[in-house]
Amino acid sequence: MEVEAAKLIGAGIAAVPLAGAGVGLGLIFGNFLAGAFRNPSAAAANQQTMLLAFALTEFTGLLGFVIAMIILYAF
Amino acid sequence: MILPRPGSAKGTDAMIGSMIEGLRTPSFQAAGPMEQFEVLPIIPLTLGNIDVSFTNSSLWMVIGVGLVIAFFFAATSRRALIPGRLQSVAEILHEFVANLVRDTIGHDGKKFFPYVFTLFIFILVANYLGLIPSVPGSAHQFHVFTTTSHIIVTFALALLTISIVVVYGFAKNGLKFLKLFAPSGLPFALYFLIVPIEIISFLSRPISLGVRLFANMLAGHIILKLFAMFVTMLLAAPFAFKALAIAPFAGSVAIFFLELLVAALQAYVFAILTCIYLSDAAHAADH
Repeated sequence: MEVEAAKLIGAGIAAVPLAGAGVGLGLIFGNFLAGAFRNPSAAAANQQTMLLAFALTEFTGLLGFVIAMIILYAF
Repeated sequence: MILPRPGSAKGTDAMIGSMIEGLRTPSFQAAGPMEQFEVLPIIPLTLGNIDVSFTNSSLWMVIGVGLVIAFFFAATSRRALIPGRLQSVAEILHEFVANLVRDTIGHDGKKFFPYVFTLFIFILVANYLGLIPSVPGSAHQFHVFTTTSHIIVTFALALLTISIVVVYGFAKNGLKFLKLFAPSGLPFALYFLIVPIEIISFLSRPISLGVRLFANMLAGHIILKLFAMFVTMLLAAPFAFKALAIAPFAGSVAIFFLELLVAALQAYVFAILTCIYLSDAAHAADH
């Protein structure tokens, strides 16, 4: 196989973590909303934790993006 | 570290290739999504064999630090009991970080407040400065540059945090700091599993801390530039296809708002994770 073609396929495969990040973000926001509707008075206090979890989860998807960029541009 | 290779558009469809070539003409500013991350010297300097040039990265770091210092000097110069506008902003920022440190580290946290505050404000200002559009037609080395989009900057900040954690942890707890890797109250057999896991998790902290900020900034700016490129490509298309340019333009505005959120969120996340790691070091002997 040509190296250029293999590189493009590799970069495409490196985008797969986006699926996991999407599931994770859905779980975080879904569960936060479920909890917030059950106990609205406790929602504001947990918003910071929710944002922290959002940033931590988003990172897994971005790591895939960085790997794709390294495959495409750094080699 | 990541630079666009010349002729990387080779092998793609000829039409798209010619469109990309069209973007390389001087009428458009930087072509390619990666050129915005290029570090270019402004004042070339060498120290022995080491290149210590004053680069565009240094320039934007100096601008950021200068802005912060000027702002806090202006805000605290009058020190009224009833704060004015500037003083209120400074007090809100101070209060925000002080609460963060107090809530996560507790009583021992007070001495880390200056460090966490400096870290938070520096990353926040660097992230937001990077979102300012460049002056059209200016030289490449004076384009707006995001210092936090380079892993060397974010990794240095992360290593500084972890060094403080290790030094403070050993200074405060002595060898009991190592209890961080072996929490008490587990069945003996489980320690063979837990200790390696805890050590690996501790060692991966500086990497994840540095790469998180770097990856967020890099990805955000690449996506912004890609959407802007779609707009110019569609405007170069014949006749009615030009009207389609409104779609990527709207997308680019939406992404920009997301980036405004991410810039603040990443500074916050960096600060809070620093606090959590420092809290681990401060309370290692307790559990």
